[in-house]
Amino acid sequence: MPTDAQIKCRNLWKVFGDDPQGFLRRHKGNPSPEALKEEGYIGAVQDVSFDVNQGEILIIMGLSGSGKSTLIRCITRLNDPTIGEMEYEGRDLLKLSERELIDLRRHKFGMVFQNFGLLPHRDVLENVAFPLEVQGISKADRVTRAKAMIDLVGLGGRESYFPRELSGGQQQRVGIARSLAVEPDIWFLDEPFSALDPLIRAEMQDEFIRLQSMLHKTIVFITHDFEEATKLADRIGIMKDGRMVQLATPEELVLNPADDYVAEFAKNAPRERIVSVGAIMQPVTDAASGTVPMSAKIGAVAEQVLTSENPVAVVDESSGTIVGSIDRQTVATSIFGTRSSEGTRAA
Amino acid sequence: MTEATAPSRTEPQGFSLSAIPLWGQFAAIIIFGVLLSLVWDGATRWPEAWVIPAAQWITDFIEWLKSEATIFGVEFKDITRGIGAALKAPVKWAEYLLYRGFKGIGLGPLPWVAVAAGVVIFAHWVGGVRLAILCGLTMIYLATFNLWKDSMKTMTIVIVAVPMAALLGITLGIWVTRSKTASRIFSPMFDLMQATPHMAYLAPVAALFAFGPVTALIATVIFAMPPMARCTILGLQTVSSDVIEAGQMSGCTKRQLLWKVALPSSKRTLMLGLNQVVMQTLAMVVIASIAGATGLGHKLLYSLQQLRLGVAIEQGVAISLIAIVLDRLTQAYAYKETDHFVAGKTFVQRHKHLLLFLGILVASYIAAEFFRWVKIPPSKFIWGSGDAKTVLFDAKLLARHMDQAIRDFNVVAFDYINPIRDWVTIWILLPVRDFFLWLPWPVFVGVIGLGAWRLGGMPVLLLCLALMFSFIVTGFWVETMKTTYLVLIAAALCVIIGVPLGIWAARSERVANIIMPICDTLQTFPSFIYLIPAIMLFRIGDFANIFAILPYATVPAIRYTYLGLKRIPPVTIEAGIANGATRMQRLFKVELPVALPEIMLGLNQTIMMALAMTAITALIGSTDLGQEVVRSISTQDFGRGILAGFFIAALGIIADRLIGSWAAERKRQLGVA
Ligand SMILES: Nc1ncnc2c1ncn2[C@@H]1O[C@H](COP(=O)(O)OP(=O)(O)OP(=O)(O)O)[C@@H](O)[C@H]1O
Ligand SMILES: [Mg+2]
Repeated sequence: MPTDAQIKCRNLWKVFGDDPQGFLRRHKGNPSPEALKEEGYIGAVQDVSFDVNQGEILIIMGLSGSGKSTLIRCITRLNDPTIGEMEYEGRDLLKLSERELIDLRRHKFGMVFQNFGLLPHRDVLENVAFPLEVQGISKADRVTRAKAMIDLVGLGGRESYFPRELSGGQQQRVGIARSLAVEPDIWFLDEPFSALDPLIRAEMQDEFIRLQSMLHKTIVFITHDFEEATKLADRIGIMKDGRMVQLATPEELVLNPADDYVAEFAKNAPRERIVSVGAIMQPVTDAASGTVPMSAKIGAVAEQVLTSENPVAVVDESSGTIVGSIDRQTVATSIFGTRSSEGTRAA
Repeated sequence: MTEATAPSRTEPQGFSLSAIPLWGQFAAIIIFGVLLSLVWDGATRWPEAWVIPAAQWITDFIEWLKSEATIFGVEFKDITRGIGAALKAPVKWAEYLLYRGFKGIGLGPLPWVAVAAGVVIFAHWVGGVRLAILCGLTMIYLATFNLWKDSMKTMTIVIVAVPMAALLGITLGIWVTRSKTASRIFSPMFDLMQATPHMAYLAPVAALFAFGPVTALIATVIFAMPPMARCTILGLQTVSSDVIEAGQMSGCTKRQLLWKVALPSSKRTLMLGLNQVVMQTLAMVVIASIAGATGLGHKLLYSLQQLRLGVAIEQGVAISLIAIVLDRLTQAYAYKETDHFVAGKTFVQRHKHLLLFLGILVASYIAAEFFRWVKIPPSKFIWGSGDAKTVLFDAKLLARHMDQAIRDFNVVAFDYINPIRDWVTIWILLPVRDFFLWLPWPVFVGVIGLGAWRLGGMPVLLLCLALMFSFIVTGFWVETMKTTYLVLIAAALCVIIGVPLGIWAARSERVANIIMPICDTLQTFPSFIYLIPAIMLFRIGDFANIFAILPYATVPAIRYTYLGLKRIPPVTIEAGIANGATRMQRLFKVELPVALPEIMLGLNQTIMMALAMTAITALIGSTDLGQEVVRSISTQDFGRGILAGFFIAALGIIADRLIGSWAAERKRQLGVA
């Protein structure tokens, strides 16, 4: 996984209220929840620090009102954070001039909205071409580019439809096509599928994975749906009351939740698709018969392990050496998920 | 009820007056006022010697403005003349287009056939066959009843005023949404302007600009602009935040965000604003005939003053039909959805409406060279020629017949109508009127002042006092009381009629389906129209005036009652049912009390409309503030007219603040704010 940080956030605060700046200053930039409550301020984002790495899919989760939207609206400067630091590729996001901000949004950032945010008076083609139009790109160029995007999201042939003539799923495809039209480097999606019914949502998730496999963008994605998150995420950040309580890989969240709140989220996760063999293997044993790769998800090797009398040896694919073993018991508990599986976790 | 209305928070602690119950406070004020009037004549009539001659000052000031004043070295009269000339140009062009013709290049005005076809084709495009038929029938009516030219004269000002008012409104609306200062100045101003009756605008404009179409145009534009501004503000503020943010994330500059995202997205609200502008424009244009607008309103006023009721009815129907057509067209346009472009349609298929119109336009211009009736509708319809001529239809003749029929009807009906009218006049109207004229001003000021203070606290009290003393000290007490009396009686009647109708509609879907469309239609007509039946039945006088006010001002009483009852949350009603209340108990103990704030807002609207209409009845003769406005325009003594217009507005503001404060407080108590 690439590791150079594309976006850096440090000690980000977004407080709503009459005089948020003064409030934070009075409390030396770190008010207690009681102070917030007492003085009637809302700490939508509180002291959040994290990086978004080049090319990763970072998913942000949390209950309603936990500050997810506010957080990415701070990064995109739709809302200015009250205090904190943000960098994009080494540039201070908060020191951008109006013009630079517009340029950044025109060329680097793309965003998809929960309620699509389509312009009702423009047809599909004009909606998708809109970001290009405001940049002043010539009509011929933007039509070509928009058409390509429309084909990419599978809406070819509906260029002249108006948003109200499209289904929810189709409208969101337009939203996606529009956000991709400028070939952004980083793509923000705020609950893009939550307004859609479950069948279409599943279809759109697959669509999204297909697009990402072609585009390899850096993505910050908000969702309520842990299953959706595990399907897509490289890393998941869990927010609670404005704070980022844990930011880790899905596997770590499932195996090692920071607190009960996170555990609650991870409870219904499809472990067999998240946890890899290497994470739960036990020490090497001579009794092993057969091998499984260390990075395989346990779902993929479950049949082999469960039908084997003996433990199965675990192989590190990169070096080819045997690094551990895994038996029926471990696989069963980690799939069917009593928390005690943590105890059997290998170093 | 009054007991409950007094918000305790305005009661100063430890103030001894608060120990007296509310009715006691009112009684004390009334007794004090009456006693004062017994010992001091000045309490009945503001002493002549103390009257501030504000009217004269204003007249003199306007004289000075027009003769001597200079602004930055430019003579003021040149400025108004310049504005007048600038505005005259579009009016002239509209006149050339609609009825005068372009003499210079030898091109006639739009042939009536082309105008009618244009309206019908547009109607078909925006609203389908039914709307097209409505428009077609209206056009035929205007043509056959010999009202075409007058209609076009009226439309001249409409087509110039509407774009001006709309642009001005949108501009101001945008400004208000972008600047806090502008918002602080203009938002209250728009509220105020919407509560100000038509009449109040006429005198000040007439004072600065010469009698004629430009004055009518300016007054109309000012009057019709506020709804557009408010709709613009509303539209821009209610664009979904996703859409705005999508625009921002697409990299829009502020200007692009406004022009490419926010404004187009609020098209629907803007178009409804335009609808209101059009309707207000029409309502004002017909009244502005006293300030120099020609056309239907002018002719109708003349017919009414001559008691030529047959013609008046024909003209009134024309105005009403035009109002309905304009209303339906603009609404249909607002709700029109553009469908996606279907590939494979030819150019002709896609633009068939436009091409058809262009075809008819060219054809009718050519045909107009040979047949006069294509250009201007004939004044009567004749079949055959020479001795074999038969007159198929003659509007003038019909009007004469109608006059006769109305006269015959009146001869018979007056035996029944007159006694009723006289009885009501003698036993109700005159006593109430005499009461208001007798009323010592300290009583009036005291009662309103106490109410204002209890309902809205110090700010409302100060505002009401200032407004009341403005007409007392300038010597307009009598005229203002005459207006007050007419408005209060009319409003009371409206409530007596309207509230039960509203209740009935709220209880029965079927009734609502009948009453509500009637209300809509009644509100579509320019208020001027309502003078016709009043004069027809009752000639002139206060009884006729009140009769004219009723259909116009009852509508809000009905509508707000209906909406107030409909908006009660079902749980509240179900709680009543569960407690075993009968239908009547439920109505009087649960539903009406909960809906009361809404109903009172309806009363507020009713008073506003009664006020506006009272002023208009001055056109057929009354002796109140409205009459002062009318007279000042004809005598060019503008001071009195401007003041009278202001006092009409002042009465509206006082009523609005009192009722508005009460309703807001009550809604807060009920937790339905
Ligand atoms: N403009 C605002 N003014 C005041 N409070 C706000 C504003 N925007 C958000 N908030 C508050 O900030 C908190 C976080 O809101 P946010 O929209 O970020 O939550 P969220 O995690 O995205 O929730 P959801 O899942 O419902 O979208 C909430 O308590 C919300 O009420
Ligand atoms: Mg959100």
